[in-house]
Amino acid sequence: MNHTGECKLINLSKYYGGNVALKKIDLTIPAGQYCCLVGPSGCGKTSTLRMIAGHEVVSDGEIIIDNLLMNNLGPAERPTAMMFQDYALFPHLNCLDNVAFSLKMRGMKKKERHEQARSLLELVHMEGYVKRFPNQLSGGQQQRIALARALVTNPSVLLLDEPLSALDPFLRIRMRDELKRLQQELKMTFVHVTHSQEEAMALADIVVVMNLGLIEQVDIPPKVYNHPATEFVARFIGGHNIFASKAVSNKNNNCTLHGTGQCQYLLPTKINELGSQIVFSVRSDKINLSPMKNKFGLNEIPCLVRSVEYQGAWTKIVLDAEDAEELIVTLSEDDFNANPIKIGESITASWNKLDVIHF
Amino acid sequence: MVKSKVISILQVSPLIIIFIFFFIAPLILTVTVSFWDYSDYALIPDFTFRNYHEIFEDCMIDLPDLCVTFKTYLSTLKFCIIVWILTLVIGFTIAYFLRFEVKTMTVQIVLFLLCTIPFWTSNVIRMISWIPLLGRNGLVNNFLLNIGLINQPLEWLLYSDFSVILSFVYLYTLFMIVPIFNSMLRIDESLLEAAYDSGASGFQTLVNVIIPLCKPGIAIGSIFVITIIMGDFITIGVMGGQQIASVGKIIHVEMQYLQFPAAAANAVILLVVVLLIIYVLTKIVDIRKEL
Repeated sequence: MNHTGECKLINLSKYYGGNVALKKIDLTIPAGQYCCLVGPSGCGKTSTLRMIAGHEVVSDGEIIIDNLLMNNLGPAERPTAMMFQDYALFPHLNCLDNVAFSLKMRGMKKKERHEQARSLLELVHMEGYVKRFPNQLSGGQQQRIALARALVTNPSVLLLDEPLSALDPFLRIRMRDELKRLQQELKMTFVHVTHSQEEAMALADIVVVMNLGLIEQVDIPPKVYNHPATEFVARFIGGHNIFASKAVSNKNNNCTLHGTGQCQYLLPTKINELGSQIVFSVRSDKINLSPMKNKFGLNEIPCLVRSVEYQGAWTKIVLDAEDAEELIVTLSEDDFNANPIKIGESITASWNKLDVIHF
Repeated sequence: MVKSKVISILQVSPLIIIFIFFFIAPLILTVTVSFWDYSDYALIPDFTFRNYHEIFEDCMIDLPDLCVTFKTYLSTLKFCIIVWILTLVIGFTIAYFLRFEVKTMTVQIVLFLLCTIPFWTSNVIRMISWIPLLGRNGLVNNFLLNIGLINQPLEWLLYSDFSVILSFVYLYTLFMIVPIFNSMLRIDESLLEAAYDSGASGFQTLVNVIIPLCKPGIAIGSIFVITIIMGDFITIGVMGGQQIASVGKIIHVEMQYLQFPAAAANAVILLVVVLLIIYVLTKIVDIRKEL
């Protein structure tokens, strides 16, 4: 049997009583890829993961791994292994026995399963902790043991349920690197659920942005960041400013939009339904700030500085603008120091029409 | 500072006073009296090993026949072990059901309270209420006679080993349920899921995850049940029709005859035996995890 770890979700739905958690989603996760399911609470990402694992019953649709239908198989019969959010290490067993647990359940003899468990502990660099108990380990160490325990059954797909949420920020970044390194070394399919878009962008080969039981976008991280498919993705990923205004006229494959006040915007595409409300976004780092003007051209607007936040290598400036809820502009430290900005200042924000993203 | 030391002592003193008056002093008194002598009508303060000697009289010589003391201890221990096993199995099952099968906390609390309702009446009434049930003319016998299952009333239902064990299990299973339930509460559901994910069947999960994690609760429950039964004489007496011996009964009888030094000596021996059992239990299981 060819274990490559390709996951296909076909028309997958999940209902809890009358509540629809997942609405007919279709997704193909190629083998050997690091896939992140990301979205706010209640978007259905955890339900999806647990259904792939076999811990939740599928309400409708099919789950296919390596061309085999998984719907009627229990978690142990699937080529998957799950790493739980709180690690769920057995407190009464030492590290070796924890890792060897699934082998013991299969009836493997002690010597053999201890040997296999040891090799897995070596893989996660915990070979010195064989006799220790989970309550004697730090958070990061516990995670490595949980990882080893999941990997001991040699799965094709590793499922991780918010594995980094319980760690402090510095440890989170370090463990992130370890997970990525491990995935590349093992060439195993990882499906990682997280609510942090930063984590997803850093780790994933494929990002799946979910919202309210539906998939908003499936793409590589740069595409998700530069070409968000929907307003939700733009808002969720962060670093984007959302504008809404009315389409007025088309010329040369560009569309002019009129805002509520005096502002006018230029979209680099033609809009057929003139008069409709158009939503577009501009990245925070693609907006330029310049002194206040009297007359404003296309993609130039007046704003009021609300706050200035120093973030080290860059500065975050929050402004009030007419057709956006909030305008966030990020300036590099050098740019900011060249033209320092004060709170309460009136200022001009402008951007290139090619940096406008229309959904 | 002196003042804070005085305050600390004052804060601990109520408990210490209670401890001394109701535990330490009686214990010292009992041990002291166990070395006294006595005649038919008076206690004689003395230091003699007479009482201990009489308890173990001929115990070694009579072997392999058992002397009275050994026989009584064996009989009491027999009840102890049988009741311990029964309360453990029944108590564990009920605790398991309450913890893992009942989904809502409200139902859990309600069922738990239901288990404690019998304790709202006195222990003695709870025990003797078995008599009209199990007697020769009792409900059970009448029912079995009426449906024709038996021709004559069953004698062994009451005033027998059976009724004693039944009574003990009925009275003290709750003492097993509560500590075991407490232990089980500490078992996170995610642990069971992790076991399921690792391929453990229901039975494997029970043996490899749940029972090991319940060991402190089981130990505490066992200590409750064993200590109570070893010293009991009312239940064994009433439900056994005053025909069955128990260590508690020996002490009780000797007190009735005002042979306090002998009773005290028996009490000391009983205390030592029970302490030994508890010591062994705590060596097997670390109870401090629960406390």
